[in-house]
Amino acid sequence: MRPRSGEGMQQADRTAPETGPDMEGAARRHWMGLLARAAPKTLAERLATFDHALPAFAWLRRPETGSVMVRGRAGGTGAPFNLGEMTVTRCVLRLEDGTVGHAYVQGRDERHAERAALVDAMMQTSQAESLRAEVLDPLTEAEAHARAERAEKAAATRVEFFTVARGED
Amino acid sequence: MYVAVKGGERAIDNAHDWLAEERRGDPDVPELSVAQIREQMTLAVNRVMAEGSLYDPDLAALAIKQARGDLIEAIFLVRAFRTTLPRFGASTPVDTGTMRCDRRISATFKDAPGGQVLGPTFDYTHRLVDFMLEAGGEKPKAAARAARDTAPKPRITEYLGRDGLIEDEVPSEAEPPDMTRTPMAHPAERPLRLQALARGDEGFLLGMAYSTQRGYGRTHPFVGELRIGPVAVEMDVPELGFAVEIGEVVLTECETVNQFAGSRTEPPQFTRGYGLVFGQSERKAISMSLVDRSLRWEELGEEPAGAPAQDAEFVLSHADNIQATGFLEHIKLPHYVDFQSELELVRRLRREAGADANPSTGPDAEVAP
Repeated sequence: MRPRSGEGMQQADRTAPETGPDMEGAARRHWMGLLARAAPKTLAERLATFDHALPAFAWLRRPETGSVMVRGRAGGTGAPFNLGEMTVTRCVLRLEDGTVGHAYVQGRDERHAERAALVDAMMQTSQAESLRAEVLDPLTEAEAHARAERAEKAAATRVEFFTVARGED
Repeated sequence: MYVAVKGGERAIDNAHDWLAEERRGDPDVPELSVAQIREQMTLAVNRVMAEGSLYDPDLAALAIKQARGDLIEAIFLVRAFRTTLPRFGASTPVDTGTMRCDRRISATFKDAPGGQVLGPTFDYTHRLVDFMLEAGGEKPKAAARAARDTAPKPRITEYLGRDGLIEDEVPSEAEPPDMTRTPMAHPAERPLRLQALARGDEGFLLGMAYSTQRGYGRTHPFVGELRIGPVAVEMDVPELGFAVEIGEVVLTECETVNQFAGSRTEPPQFTRGYGLVFGQSERKAISMSLVDRSLRWEELGEEPAGAPAQDAEFVLSHADNIQATGFLEHIKLPHYVDFQSELELVRRLRREAGADANPSTGPDAEVAP
């Protein structure tokens, strides 16, 4: 996964015309979110077992860690306010065929951002199908499993106060 | 005023080396890893993230390790790190209504729609020291599981709002002020107050909130709802032209239901107080919502009670523990010149009053400033 030598920093704006049909956009949003949420270790493991060679790429924007101001709303639904920041690492890379991959991932792990951007790019190529089966689907599954486990533990602490029927029932 | 001093480099280096040694403690005891702190001192990590105003559990855990467990020192480290980060942008406001609740309770409705979920809480524990933990090696009993609850968990305030029993929270897309970019100015609007409270010191807010309960101000709060769990954070990425999820943060949200405001034209309604905090930080979220409500007296048309928790300038100027500790602790740094002038002044006044005819020579007595 090392970038090829001789690449230079180029403007990420080259990637501007990327809004395809809505469906495509929604699918991409979905996998970008999945990659951002994935634990760096899990994504690294999935990619390590990916059955195809990972393509060479050039950086358009090297991984950079910064912050994003997380906003909330007063009362949950009212006026926005600044709650506090979170660390985020982003990068943009380009495959040899010109496909561009982006990543914005939580945390400070530059390799994680690199892997996420690489998967984002590869998902726009002919490798998408195998990548989905071998990387994205297992990530989805792992996430669903972890969420279900927590939800089941939460459900076991649901309070069953003895209830008195409310008047309007 | 303190002055620059020279010298002492070797003493300072040695002090820092000793600090590092003391931080490590007895070398026969295994060293703590950052992951251990992150996983087993979670609530300390949460507090450092909330008051450091930067969500990054690994960073907060590292700061706690470096600070020898002094949480304000750790918050200081996180705040300093935060200032080195380029700001990529702001998220779209998180939707706490979609939170996957680990905990969700209401003190106002026994059969809250969507149910009450206790989650991993200290509530109802006996607060007895558990010596089994000291022995170590005991694996905790696996948490019980139950069929996943798919019932939606509407906001309790939404439920009250349907009948007009609580004031509306007016939705808006106004760009909120940011105290990390523009210095705090008074009077501070609610979004700015909420930002200051969200990063404010838990102990200070607890004391302020408690004062309102004891009668300094009027809030009369009920915890309408308290929920804890992860929510997605989404940001518009300009180079992509659409919003992407960039991660998840665990938040604690508290909504209080408070006594009425009403007027000749509007019938009485419950009023709201709001708390939202990074991590599982329940005491802080409840405190924040009480103080938020207390600071809203003016916009709700209430008469001021003259209580400290109603004074926005007082509360917001003193809630930040890094500002506070910076100013407080600076008085231990060299103030030799200042003190020398006061020493001379008091000596002169005493001479003029006829005392101290034969002053003894104390430290620095004859040293020029």
